[in-house]
Amino acid sequence: MSWFKRERPANGTTSQPAEGARRVRTEGLWLKCEGCRQIIWRKDLEDNFNVCPQCGAHSRIDARTRLRLLFDGEYEQHDTLLTSTDPLNFSDSKPYRERLASNQGATSLSDAIISASGKLHGRLVNICAMEMKFIGGSMGAVVGEKITKAIERSHAERTPIVIVSASGGARMQEGAVSLMQMAKISSALMRLDEGKVPYISVLTDPTTGGVTASFAMLGDLNIAEPGALIGFAGPRVIEQTIRQKLPDGFQRAEFLLRHGMLDAVVPRGELKDYIARALRFFCGPV
Amino acid sequence: MSEESSGALGSRAWQAVQLARHPKRPHSLDYIQKIFTEFEEVHGDRAFGDDAAIVCGFAFLDGKPVMVVAEQKGRDTKQKLFRNFGMPKPEGYRKAIRVMQMAAKFKRPVITLLDTPGAYPGIDAEERGQAEAIARNLREMARLPVPVICVCIGEGGSGGALALGVGNHVFMMENAVYSVISPESCAAIIWRDSAKAELAASALRLTAGDLVGLGIVDGVISEPPEGAHTDPEAAARSLKDRLRQSLSELAAMTDDELVQHRYEKFRRMGTFVK
Ligand SMILES: [Zn+2]
Repeated sequence: MSWFKRERPANGTTSQPAEGARRVRTEGLWLKCEGCRQIIWRKDLEDNFNVCPQCGAHSRIDARTRLRLLFDGEYEQHDTLLTSTDPLNFSDSKPYRERLASNQGATSLSDAIISASGKLHGRLVNICAMEMKFIGGSMGAVVGEKITKAIERSHAERTPIVIVSASGGARMQEGAVSLMQMAKISSALMRLDEGKVPYISVLTDPTTGGVTASFAMLGDLNIAEPGALIGFAGPRVIEQTIRQKLPDGFQRAEFLLRHGMLDAVVPRGELKDYIARALRFFCGPV
Repeated sequence: MSEESSGALGSRAWQAVQLARHPKRPHSLDYIQKIFTEFEEVHGDRAFGDDAAIVCGFAFLDGKPVMVVAEQKGRDTKQKLFRNFGMPKPEGYRKAIRVMQMAAKFKRPVITLLDTPGAYPGIDAEERGQAEAIARNLREMARLPVPVICVCIGEGGSGGALALGVGNHVFMMENAVYSVISPESCAAIIWRDSAKAELAASALRLTAGDLVGLGIVDGVISEPPEGAHTDPEAAARSLKDRLRQSLSELAAMTDDELVQHRYEKFRRMGTFVK
């Protein structure tokens, strides 16, 4: 199928609609890649961590799959029971408490993140992976607290930390409490920085709003997956503000790399080796 | 609240939103002129440009040197355009942290005034790293070894305000609002109807009183009964008194204690079921 590669540019350089998360539609055993429109075996895609074997387009993976990709094997989870108190007693089309409960049921997570420690190519690391399927990966007090605790644990134990972002930003339903998590986490990162413990930020599709404008941009290294949407304001908000169409590839990882906002764009298949190499540079051999 | 300023509708939150955005409400430079002496504006981020949506400068409060960093809205159309409607770009945030670090070098307290609908959502701002600029400010403000006092005087628009908001003391003027999202945007997301902004304003708990209750803000600075615009001199006196009091409380702390104090303040934010 190599002629396909000739017909389509490499992953991440194709233009996407503004809202164009590369999603994969499920139709039983077959899937259609939204990058190259090819029909592929679901199992082929899953075995490749949702990177299209034909065109290399990266579709999203959940937090558990992310941890399976990065850790050598078993890992220990932290703060699994931390749950939101619904500080605003918020209700929209349904009460926030009900929304939390249904997301908890659907994901078997207490909130939009897994905080874990384990080995990455033999080196002990802390990894936080955000979960888009939980209220859009949004950051409320629980996400903020779990990340802050992970940073503090990294500092105390002098263990490198990797945070994999996938989030629409701060969680509206927790109001200013969500907003303040940005300051809380960034303050913890100030201490980690003073302690000279490495932090690698991995930005995946999508990383926007208050998550980008806090910890996701504060890594010693900020790296992103090909084609990931990354920005402060969402593309729709910008379009409405400036009333003009956004340029092709705007706010994609390659765009940020070109503008000096990322250290590297790293394909998913090379991510683990890249992190291991960076940590060997920062900390020496395992 | 007067009918005129708050409209016929009238949740407390919506009244505050209207007053915070009132066309005659005192802006940063109005307060700066009334509170400080010998204010000298300093310009530029030393990298790209000078953002007029953030005004920085050294000044004296009762003869004592302070650094002032403030978001600035415009009053007439020309000024609004010049100030970009109070929506800072990355170079504004970078100028802000540059001068805060300068203040720290010479052991001078930092006073910030927050008043923005939000950080500017535009192509150029994204290209130059709006998110990175805000993020860096959060981390670097946390590190400043001097007293940092932040006052939300009008609109505290999400990350665009918080980027100047990591202080030892964070205050709000009585009719200021501080929120993760504007009521209009929140309404558009929830009810697909920005006209439901009043409902969203109440749901978001964005008033000064709400935020004190949530443990996010340290105190409310009183305004004249009908809002700061009805008596700017009185509002400025009220703000000046609070700044004096806050500076004298923080003056007792060592550099390390100031950094620790600020860390613990933000570290506590958020409650959980364990
Ligand atoms: Zn494909």
